[in-house]
Amino acid sequence: MRDFYGTTLDTPMMLGTARYPSPKVMEEAFRESRASVATVSLRREGGGGEAFREMVRALGIHVLPNTAGCHTAREAITTAQMAREYFETDWIKLEVIGNDDTLQPDPFGLVEAAKALCDDGFKVFPYTTEDSVLAARLVDAGCRVLMPWGAPIGSGQGLNNPFGLKALRAAFPDIPLVVDAGLGLPSHAAQAMEMGYDAILLNTAVAEAQDPAAMARAFGLAAEAGALAARSGPMPVRDMAQPSTPVIGKAWL
Amino acid sequence: MKIDVNGEKHDIAASTVAEALDLLGWGEMRVATALNGAFVPAATRATTQLSDGDQLEVLTAMQGG
Repeated sequence: MRDFYGTTLDTPMMLGTARYPSPKVMEEAFRESRASVATVSLRREGGGGEAFREMVRALGIHVLPNTAGCHTAREAITTAQMAREYFETDWIKLEVIGNDDTLQPDPFGLVEAAKALCDDGFKVFPYTTEDSVLAARLVDAGCRVLMPWGAPIGSGQGLNNPFGLKALRAAFPDIPLVVDAGLGLPSHAAQAMEMGYDAILLNTAVAEAQDPAAMARAFGLAAEAGALAARSGPMPVRDMAQPSTPVIGKAWL
Repeated sequence: MKIDVNGEKHDIAASTVAEALDLLGWGEMRVATALNGAFVPAATRATTQLSDGDQLEVLTAMQGG
């Protein structure tokens, strides 16, 4: 596994904590997925926040707070500062949303916030698109992890632009890349990992499955299978058939 | 002192962020605070003065993706 700001993860699986039918199901899903990272958020105090924080701490894995719902760099920066103190981590999943229908990042606000946060000592995990020019700006800003979307958040569509994701992988061979958002099936996770991505981050596909714990296990296995395939040197794709059984020695009947 | 706390209007006898948290029952709880859109670290709550019309946000952990 590649290094995420000095941390080597045990598995390529990052999992969200939202939308589960119950806290117990969430805990089972995390256990079954073998996730190395749990994403969390900050919201207005309404009771239960501390108990939830303790539950996530008890999972014994890395906590990655997000800035979900922020639409400006200023909002995202303030949220990140609050999250750093509250969760006692300098990791931040930076989201600056530019469109409410697609939950697509605002690239301009994203770069602005990423620069400010990197300069302030944060380890920024930016939720971005597969745009390689934007990716370069984020790396210039100090990001050493990039998290391009597979498809709109919560859509379950999988990898909408495999070409773009492959091009991004090729353009940034030394930056850890995570497909974040849009995954619906374990095959999507395997596909991302087979492309050479370093991890996947998902939430809804597990939390809204009929059996979240079983789906979590399926995603975890698929991600590890895809990672193993990527390390194993996949064969080249050919236009025409090539017999796998030797032709030499075939009987003349 | 009339201030907004998490979007709701409050009239409280507090002159600092720390006093407001105490009066609201959050003095002993682990929370993160922002005043008028700017982060207020826990260490400076006692010295961060409130003014009429201020907007205080008091946040805690929540599920997230």
